[in-house]
Amino acid sequence: MVNPQMVMYEEEFNQIQVLCDKLVRESNSRTVFIVDKNGQLISASGEVENVDTTSLASLTAGNVAATGGMAKLLREEEFATQFHEGVKANVHIQLVGNRVILVVIFDARSSLGLVRLRVKKSADELNQIFEKLLRKVAEPGLDSPFAEITDEDIDNLFNE
Amino acid sequence: MSFINYLSREINCKIVYYGPGLCGKTTNLHFIYTKTNPEAKGKMISLATETERTLFFDFLPLSLGEIRGFKTRFHLYTVPGQVFYDASRKLILKGVDGVVFVADSQIERMEANGESLENLRLNLAEQGYSLDKLPYVVQYNKRDLPNVASKEELHGLLNPTGVPEYEAVAPTGVGVFDTLKAVAKLVLTELKRGG
Repeated sequence: MVNPQMVMYEEEFNQIQVLCDKLVRESNSRTVFIVDKNGQLISASGEVENVDTTSLASLTAGNVAATGGMAKLLREEEFATQFHEGVKANVHIQLVGNRVILVVIFDARSSLGLVRLRVKKSADELNQIFEKLLRKVAEPGLDSPFAEITDEDIDNLFNE
Repeated sequence: MSFINYLSREINCKIVYYGPGLCGKTTNLHFIYTKTNPEAKGKMISLATETERTLFFDFLPLSLGEIRGFKTRFHLYTVPGQVFYDASRKLILKGVDGVVFVADSQIERMEANGESLENLRLNLAEQGYSLDKLPYVVQYNKRDLPNVASKEELHGLLNPTGVPEYEAVAPTGVGVFDTLKAVAKLVLTELKRGG
């Protein structure tokens, strides 16, 4: 299989959500979200109601991919951290385990120093959760939920 | 790389529209965007130059409905077609689940089509993918223009493996949804196989 699936189970999802909620609180930030490197949103916490998280996830992944491309050209392994400073909002982007991206959006109520400190701690925990998840996905006997679907199911999707 | 979330019962897949500069990749996405119900789509994002040439990518998230209780979501991306943006094209192909190759039917663009297709094969191979194993469809766009090659010629040049192919006029939508449905169906069929 060239293209392994990313699968998210309830147990790990809940752990990730708890971690995001905690990071929002401890870093005094507005929003925290976790994106996989291909731009799929995994989890979000904080003020997410008025934020287009799907678009943000895709753009973040594009940003990290472009920065990774730059690193490669400069013979660097990666640039794991990025920081964008705005007038009202700042964005801290951290690549975790070269697998997922931890994004923190914060304003004047917090500071870069605090965010960096809390992100570092959360990144280690997050990495452990994803390592566990990947081991679980690699276990034999876990079939794709789609193994059961029929050609008819697929056809029906397009006939509606 | 598809992403299955058991908790929210969602499956997310990535489809990339590839092809030479000005073949109509962005126009395909635009048409899909304008003709899709608001509840089934997200915002379309275009990272383009001031002259509206794609600089990095276009992005359109789309929901296609449910299969066995799982919501199917497709993230559509285009690549920048211009030759010198190759580094960006490689990045966008990462984690791809299905590819649409949009060819420009005009005779004078045959060389550009061939080069772009070769570039697609190379860039996929660099990441360990093979175009022959991926869900993949071809679209012959701009069929309304006067100076176009015949479908047979295009087929011979661009589709030797005989994947599903569609004639299209992207600005008016001819063939646009047929192409999308075909690739989405192939992606889901691949998932069914556990790919």
